Amino acid sequence: MTTFDKVKAIVVEQLGVDESEVTIDSTFIDDLGADSLDIVELIMAFEEEFNVEIPDDVAEKIKTVKDTVEYIDSIKEA
Amino acid sequence: MHLAGKVALITGASRGIGQAVALEMARAGADIAVNYSGSEAAAQATVDQVKALGRKAIMVKANVADADEVAAMVEAVQAEFGHIDILVNNAGITRDTLLMRMKDSDWDDVININLKGVYLVTKAVSKLMMKQRSGRIINMSSVVGVTGNAGQANYSASKAGVIGFTKTCAKELASRGILVNAIAPGFIHTDMTDVLPEKVKEATLAAIPLHRMAEPKEVASVAVFLASEYASYITGQVLNVDGGMVM
Repeated sequence: MTTFDKVKAIVVEQLGVDESEVTIDSTFIDDLGADSLDIVELIMAFEEEFNVEIPDDVAEKIKTVKDTVEYIDSIKEA
Repeated sequence: MHLAGKVALITGASRGIGQAVALEMARAGADIAVNYSGSEAAAQATVDQVKALGRKAIMVKANVADADEVAAMVEAVQAEFGHIDILVNNAGITRDTLLMRMKDSDWDDVININLKGVYLVTKAVSKLMMKQRSGRIINMSSVVGVTGNAGQANYSASKAGVIGFTKTCAKELASRGILVNAIAPGFIHTDMTDVLPEKVKEATLAAIPLHRMAEPKEVASVAVFLASEYASYITGQVLNVDGGMVM
């Protein structure tokens, strides 16, 4: 499974959206209807799935599926 | 049975108000996780009494001011029962003395248990409740958090802090079906008040319209109410249970 697939699965589960709605360019709030608590839950779920710690200043900048995938890949490579 | 099928985690449940809350919630049908930090025998007695009421109960030792112990406690409750529906943040201590005589350690100990403890346990449990999309959190404040009380700068600050914390959590968690309220008990017959000098007790009683102390059970029944469906539209509130002491 690619990072995108894993992120997508988490987004589908956390936000209760349809898989077809989640693309690499989807924004969590505008496209997928997340509120601020949903974002917190998403970040926590990403941290758990990928076994990483996402600092608050990074979390604030993660607004899209793409932001998430790029950040996870960047720290996994490091 | 207003709380049938519910699981309640109650901090400081080995004696006093916490123990009464455990027993009243068990009577209302809830299974109980009894948190304690020192008195294992008293915690065991609470567990035994809950079981005698036909409910499940476990003991979980944890210092609520210690994040790691709190995490382990919440994990243990989750492992045993699979969910936590009700959290009662009750654990509390006093280190009474006048401000001028107060040691920094008196201040720190009280703030750490009474306020930081509420923060740590609420944070850990609300993660589960957010996933469940439901939950009730009941924080024990005190009338002195509203009025202040000579000799209790630390305790009254911690209990006022609990009120602000309660209101904020109520706002943050409402969208997830989690209701957060505080109870502000007045003069309750417990180990904490037994140690007060007779003169203080008499003076306090004189200021209470009902002219008596309450039994812990009279506070516990309000906690049951706040945890029940009867309180489904109440959040961010402080309920005084004080015989009319503060109006």
